[in-house]
Amino acid sequence: MSAVAQPGFARGTQAAAALQAAASGGVSAPGVLRPDLALIADWIPAGARVLDLGCGDGALLAHLQAAKGCTGYGVEIDDAAVLACVARGVDVIQRDIEAGLDLFAGVQFDVVVLSMAIQVTYRTERVIREMSAVGREGILSFPNFGHWSHALSLLRGRMPMSRDMPYQWYDTPNLHLTTLADFEAFLRTLGLEAVQRACMTDGRPVRVWPEGRARQAIYRFRRPEARR
Amino acid sequence: MTTASLREPAPGVRSAPTPRSAATASGSVGIVQPKRQHFAQPLALASGASIADYTLVYETYGTLAPDRSNAVLVCHALNASHHVAGTYADPPHEVGWWDNMVGPGKPVDTDRFFVIGVNNLGSCFGSTGPMSPDPATGRPYGPDFPVVTVEDWVNAQARLADALGIERFAAVMGGSLGGMQALAWATMYPQRVAHCVAVATAPKLSAQNIAFNEVARRAIITDPDFHGGRFYDHGVVPARGLQVARMIGHITYLSDDTMAERFGRTLKNADYRYGFDVEFEIESYLRYQGEKFSRYFDANTYLLITRALDYFDPARARAGDLAAALQPAQARFLVASFTTDWRFSPERSREIVEALLRNGRQVTYAEIDAPHGHDAFLLDSPQYHALVRAFFGRIPVGGAR
Repeated sequence: MSAVAQPGFARGTQAAAALQAAASGGVSAPGVLRPDLALIADWIPAGARVLDLGCGDGALLAHLQAAKGCTGYGVEIDDAAVLACVARGVDVIQRDIEAGLDLFAGVQFDVVVLSMAIQVTYRTERVIREMSAVGREGILSFPNFGHWSHALSLLRGRMPMSRDMPYQWYDTPNLHLTTLADFEAFLRTLGLEAVQRACMTDGRPVRVWPEGRARQAIYRFRRPEARR
Repeated sequence: MTTASLREPAPGVRSAPTPRSAATASGSVGIVQPKRQHFAQPLALASGASIADYTLVYETYGTLAPDRSNAVLVCHALNASHHVAGTYADPPHEVGWWDNMVGPGKPVDTDRFFVIGVNNLGSCFGSTGPMSPDPATGRPYGPDFPVVTVEDWVNAQARLADALGIERFAAVMGGSLGGMQALAWATMYPQRVAHCVAVATAPKLSAQNIAFNEVARRAIITDPDFHGGRFYDHGVVPARGLQVARMIGHITYLSDDTMAERFGRTLKNADYRYGFDVEFEIESYLRYQGEKFSRYFDANTYLLITRALDYFDPARARAGDLAAALQPAQARFLVASFTTDWRFSPERSREIVEALLRNGRQVTYAEIDAPHGHDAFLLDSPQYHALVRAFFGRIPVGGAR
């Protein structure tokens, strides 16, 4: 089931993120989890309390509920995606994650997930800080701007476009694209500790030179004092 | 206790007219008949008063499953009634106020659910209220009818559920004041509510909201025909007061955009007449709505129900802590608001959601982009109805499929 309503980003950032995620990993069919979401699911312990920011059609939470006995909520702005969540029995809060996680003040989650959406956030630092405030751990995935094909595009004098970033420079919702090294540096700046990293292209792990060869990166991070 | 079908409307039984045009034939529950349930046991009220005995008028749609697992209670708002869905044999045009929501194949599907609409205590559509005879005097209660609260209504409804043999509702739902009842149900009878659907509602009224209610009440009370609430004895109704009350209410149910779109500055006549009779279409519309309302709604009931709205504040007993107030609730919640609703704004619904999240309760919150203001909860915008349909579609019912 597609979570994607209309292309573009007028209705909110998460819808655009869902579009990019769908473009990069394929739309999640019932029972088949997108490869990056499957990997994220592997990192989440059974029974965990999960908050999934920009949850799209709720595929990850539905899987976690069914397969691992997890509980929690999705946060999503897009109407069609909210409806898809309700239809599959995933609790969802319709809210723009840019508006803040104020509704979750005082609530603690084991894991907060932000999948393929950080690049469309405006207040990116605030979003990551809030993730670490409401969750013991954060899991975040993004398209890798450091992919070699992007460099090649730039060398040819053109803005990069790829399956992960299928937009022209004038209509892209992407505000804050990053490379692996820049993201890791930013986590350190925020006092957060990356505890796990996975890099992939087309759903397959990339182990050799992921900085330039992986199209997507997934990080698991936490506050140092949150270490168990 | 007896349950009897009403062959003819009992004295004082009048039904709220539908807020919208007649429903389509398909998906209607068809011709329905109100039923009555009498309760001989006194009901203690929040005020400390009690009501000696009372009758509730209600309607049901669909079939109660053998294991009684598929009952849905629909709670009404200010000016509605037990007539939620379907039509009457006579007069046939009186379509239920939530007929677009409840019926076979509708979002609350009566092929799966047994839906109950009940007229609240103190209302004017057949349940015991200010127009009913006071057993102490034999005259209509009038202003002596005790002030009732949302919680009192819920207690009265719970007795109806007992009488119908329903231990646990698959869902309790309502919009606006009806949503307040649904919330109260979930906290007062947590074991009896599996799902709670609270639409366009609030955990308490704001000062602005109470202010609107007070203006409406003053319009009624200061109408010379009100006679201190004893207008029945004088053979009159405080129609002007009711009209003004309804006009004020109606303004707050619509969004600025809806009013601009529907009426704008359109004139009733070709040009200004430089006077104070109806000049603009909006004036004509409000007067029409007010007059229509004053013909069927009881003034004492209007006072009672607006007061129940004002008083509702479950956090009050918990030093303002709404999360503490909602802590007992066990139901799975669907909370929905409408972006242009300024009478029961999305912020108020978010307060409910935040309190439920603090308690770790299962809750879905939808903020529906609809242009109609508070009225949107009675209308059938696609996203709204699809959400309710999807939510009810997930509710398991035994023996009803």
